[in-house]
Amino acid sequence: MTQGIYDFIKSIFAPLGEYLIGSAVPVGSSFAGDIDALIALVAVFVGFWALLAYAAFFFLIFRFRARDGQRAQYVTGEEKDLKRWITYPHAAIILCDLVIVFMAIMVWYNIKQRLPEADSTVRIVAQQWAWNFVHPGPDNELDTDDDINTFNELHVQEGTTYHYELISKDVLHDFSVPVFRLKQDAIPGRVMKGWFRPTKAGAYDIQCAEMCGIGHGIMGARIIVETPEEHAAWMSQGSAGKLASR
Amino acid sequence: MAEAGTVDTHDAPAHDAEHGHHEQSFLSKYIFSTDHKIIAMQYMFTGIVMALIGGYMSYAFRMQLAFPGESVPGYGVVSQGEYNSLVTNHGTIMIFWVAMPMLIAAFGNYLIPLMIGADDMVFPRINRLSYQIFLISAIILIVSFFVPGGGFGGAWTSYPPLSANAEYNLTPYGATFWLVAVALEFVAFLLGGINFITTLMNSRAPGMRMHDIPMVLWMIIIASILFMASVGPLIAGAVMLFMDQVVGTGFFDPDRGGDPVLWQHLFWFFGHPEVYVVLLPAMGIVAEIICTFARKKLFNYKLILYTAFATGIISFFVWAHHQFVAGIDPRMANVFTITTLIISIPIAEMLFLYIATLYGGSIRLTTPMLWALSFIAEFLIGGITGIFLGASGSDIYFHDTYFVLAHFHYTFFPIAIIGFFAGITYWFPKMFGRMMNDSLGKIHFWGTIIAFNFIFIPLFILGAAGQHRRIYNFQNFPDLAGMQDLRVIATSALLVMLVFQAIFLFNFVYSLFKGKPAGKNPWKANTLEWTADSPPPHGNWPELPNCYRGPYEYSVPGREDDYWPQDVPPDTAPAE
Repeated sequence: MTQGIYDFIKSIFAPLGEYLIGSAVPVGSSFAGDIDALIALVAVFVGFWALLAYAAFFFLIFRFRARDGQRAQYVTGEEKDLKRWITYPHAAIILCDLVIVFMAIMVWYNIKQRLPEADSTVRIVAQQWAWNFVHPGPDNELDTDDDINTFNELHVQEGTTYHYELISKDVLHDFSVPVFRLKQDAIPGRVMKGWFRPTKAGAYDIQCAEMCGIGHGIMGARIIVETPEEHAAWMSQGSAGKLASR
Repeated sequence: MAEAGTVDTHDAPAHDAEHGHHEQSFLSKYIFSTDHKIIAMQYMFTGIVMALIGGYMSYAFRMQLAFPGESVPGYGVVSQGEYNSLVTNHGTIMIFWVAMPMLIAAFGNYLIPLMIGADDMVFPRINRLSYQIFLISAIILIVSFFVPGGGFGGAWTSYPPLSANAEYNLTPYGATFWLVAVALEFVAFLLGGINFITTLMNSRAPGMRMHDIPMVLWMIIIASILFMASVGPLIAGAVMLFMDQVVGTGFFDPDRGGDPVLWQHLFWFFGHPEVYVVLLPAMGIVAEIICTFARKKLFNYKLILYTAFATGIISFFVWAHHQFVAGIDPRMANVFTITTLIISIPIAEMLFLYIATLYGGSIRLTTPMLWALSFIAEFLIGGITGIFLGASGSDIYFHDTYFVLAHFHYTFFPIAIIGFFAGITYWFPKMFGRMMNDSLGKIHFWGTIIAFNFIFIPLFILGAAGQHRRIYNFQNFPDLAGMQDLRVIATSALLVMLVFQAIFLFNFVYSLFKGKPAGKNPWKANTLEWTADSPPPHGNWPELPNCYRGPYEYSVPGREDDYWPQDVPPDTAPAE
């Protein structure tokens, strides 16, 4: 039921989301479209109120500009017929807020709160100021001999659901992949778990999104999303430990 | 004159001694003064100097972003470490040493006694101490740039373990100086806040009821209450962070049983109410100006007051929306999404009420009025873009991008800069007895406002395109290396805006000496400060005024004048 309502509202705003965000940043994960649609929904709702407020604002400034011999009216703002100009929009805003809250929580629940079954798991180790990635290798299990370690380059397969284990060795970092619309802080002493499913092959930026010291501005990496064939090829040559160019 | 209702501060013996009309030396008159007006000026001029420093920092790092690696005229090459410390201290200065002293301390100190018809604050010496501590804190912050290792560069939020450990931040002295400076600034404002609240509650003119208090004073008082209620946890946090830095304790160190996220809670428990601490005084200033230049009563005074209280209270329940992706329990995000969207309701309502105040007015677009109206127009953008960030789902994408940066500049710029310009252009005649030049004021206004939008609209676009904050050179990120044009536009607009500030400084100094004499009440306003001389002498009035009505009785039907000052006895009163 709630999922049905969500899907319906999302379908209305998805094209606008695709236009607003998707046109600038590729839609690279299974949930990127949800976030774009949510952004579009918020944009429409707040845009409507902003336009209305601006229209009233500029109209009043123009309409009630000072003119010779004309005095201002004495209005306390407590008159019922005037007050409803405030109370009706007030009620309507609460309604808009309810829709936004519903959609935001649905999107959040899907991305951050639930953890779907994974096809594979990668480990992401952040440190000042680089990213280390541990891929499970051909046996698809971490902490075995065939793990593939890379530096500043994460290889994943299109259409596969990944869990990530995010670790920091020193200070706070943040694993951010704009094309996935994914962001998660790494906290020393904890293992942060989450998931993503890449949907679009290509090479994209990973940025550190939390101030982590002098080298924060260079703490980038690339995520390589590969088709199954490409990924298999990479994996077969990879166990030796491929160092990124960066 | 009726003395029956006056409060005892009016005839305290210490007060009479201070009011002896003997010549004061320069030092005791301007440096160690206990006069609320001089202390207000001290805060204001310190704030202006700090704003120039903060503006200079933004010039240096914006030039680096637009023209990476090139030597910045007047600064030199910006290194990575310097870049971090510039953005960190730009933020810190603009919030703690510009917005707070200019809006709360300067206008609060100046206006509270004058608008309630008192001769001074109830604790003048605490007031002086408050400024002195504030000045020391500003000096410590500036000194932090010149200690070995340079200024702190771990962002104005100062998250540990980065801020707690010199091994990580590489600024062993800068980090501690920064922290001590911020903590002292809090102490200064705690002292100031006690004074504000006590004075408003105890020293009002006879006849001034709660709902006769000008809105700006309510706003400053609510802000002071918010500040006092929220800063405690952060001061505790600051002590712990200080111990971590200096003694080597592990309050925020996971290896020693501490928790870095704890700091974030303490910081934002203060940090979000802090937004409203500076917002509300600016809203109050705008209310005064709109009423005066629309010749209108404030639209539903009580409702505005209640929305301000509601905003203040709700602001204590929204802090973790800064931490959605920081590793808090994901279920908590749902709660904070709801509270955050709830807070949009009173704020939206308050803005509607301000706009409604224009209805039926007789609006004169003087320089202060332009600033006040532009506050509404610009803050609206800041308000609505906050919804994208308060909604947890979309915040996953926008968190820590330039979208956030542009959003809070659309709130803090209207608050700190527009609010200050609105207030200073409006009360300048009272403060210095002369009018500011209106033409120069308008040139300065349009130059500043247009440039401001050209700085931050490009940054919204960059943020929506996934550009993260606090990165000193975007050429290091292949997906972001393009879009350099937008960065150049933003930087160019910043240069234009900074140049226009020279007009303001010139106008300020010129009008100080050559401006047209203002007289007591140049704007024909109602509130009590306009019944004192311009500038008011020490003690403000020879005889303290009485109050007979609310502050916004403009255009009352049946009266010849379209204003009705608060101290004028009702028409029916027998002539004295």
